Amino acid sequence: MTAYAHPEVLVDTEWVAQHLNDPQVRLVESDEDALLYETGHIPGAVKVDWFTTLQHPVRRDFLTKEEFETLCSSLGIANDTTVVFYGDKSNWFAVYAFWLFEYYGHQDRRVMNGGRAKWVSEGRMLTTTPLAYPPTTYHATGPAKDIRAFRDDVMRHLESHQPLVDVRSTKEYTGELLHMPGYPQEGAQRGGHIPGAVSIPWSQAVQEDGTFKSPAALRDLYQAHGITPDKDTIAYCRIGERSSHTWFVLKYLLGYPKVRNYDGSWTEWGNLVGAPIEKGEGA
Amino acid sequence: MTDSNSLPARLEEIVNDFEVCEGREKLEMLLDYARSFPPFPGYLQRPDEMEEVPECMTPVQMAAEVKDGALYYYFLVPEESPTVRGYAALMMEGLKGSTPEQVLAIPADFYLRMGLQHVLTAQRLNGMAAILAHVKRRAATELN
Repeated sequence: MTAYAHPEVLVDTEWVAQHLNDPQVRLVESDEDALLYETGHIPGAVKVDWFTTLQHPVRRDFLTKEEFETLCSSLGIANDTTVVFYGDKSNWFAVYAFWLFEYYGHQDRRVMNGGRAKWVSEGRMLTTTPLAYPPTTYHATGPAKDIRAFRDDVMRHLESHQPLVDVRSTKEYTGELLHMPGYPQEGAQRGGHIPGAVSIPWSQAVQEDGTFKSPAALRDLYQAHGITPDKDTIAYCRIGERSSHTWFVLKYLLGYPKVRNYDGSWTEWGNLVGAPIEKGEGA
Repeated sequence: MTDSNSLPARLEEIVNDFEVCEGREKLEMLLDYARSFPPFPGYLQRPDEMEEVPECMTPVQMAAEVKDGALYYYFLVPEESPTVRGYAALMMEGLKGSTPEQVLAIPADFYLRMGLQHVLTAQRLNGMAAILAHVKRRAATELN
């Protein structure tokens, strides 16, 4: 295997630099940090925030389809716009946004390989100039239920011994780490992992510079743990952002046809009364 | 007496500043603190991380010095984490010269009055809670 299965979903920083003034392209910055965009962003890029823009303001859920349409309209994104996502932390939240745009049927989605850090490390330009685009009329489709898993899907999955990938750090997987002192709101009542899940921390899919590993290295990484393209796979982490990264790798870089992201992840499972949990090294 | 009286005077002023401004202005103010984040003093030994930080979270390092019984805190926070830099910068400023007793008397939820939870979400205040827990832990060591 010498090429990614769907190489068109990745663009490099040079491609972005060449398309800064392309009206067909909309750059979207999606960061973990709520204020990073404001300290400087790629010229022309708009901001989405995984918490305050992509999630429903009241329920624990994503925007509704109608709210998603309003969001796209306000960002000047039309149905045929090429949307290029990038962000901090090796594109965690960029891919999370990519996943949501797929959920509501946006066709042309790309990720800038290496994310914001690579753009900055190459000394490329950032700006704080505010910008606004004329609103569009946007029609969402979906939701694409085949990319999202809910807790009942996960329960069936584990009962039928189908593959689950836990992409959190090793200590979160073993249950040694529940949450950090002072961070109780992001924790769960119980530590450990979903029984049968294999541990493949998300970060093993990226290189030092934040770009994705080679196709061969990625294939070896997942296949060594029994995560193969013939199976129906569900990935999870703590809140669903790191696992959207792994979902992206499996679906687009390795071409696995059936991969879902369990966005409820550990902050749901570890709080569910009666849910089965395994501690320690596991599978 | 309201419980706001239990904040050090400068921290009380900062909390009030946030309290009276609205929505986007609160974020602008936090961003201003992030931009004014002071360099770590060269004469202080570079501190260890406050504790092991799992990958989702921003690594924060803290040191403190005591002059005439008053505390001065210093932080190291990565540049790509302006939200946490903002928290650290306002705490550095707000606690400058406080006594350990004053620091320990700060209510654990003092920052809710600033209203940042309405523009950042409650989860993003975890960094503030963690910083407060650490400055208190350091203050407690002065009294032992």
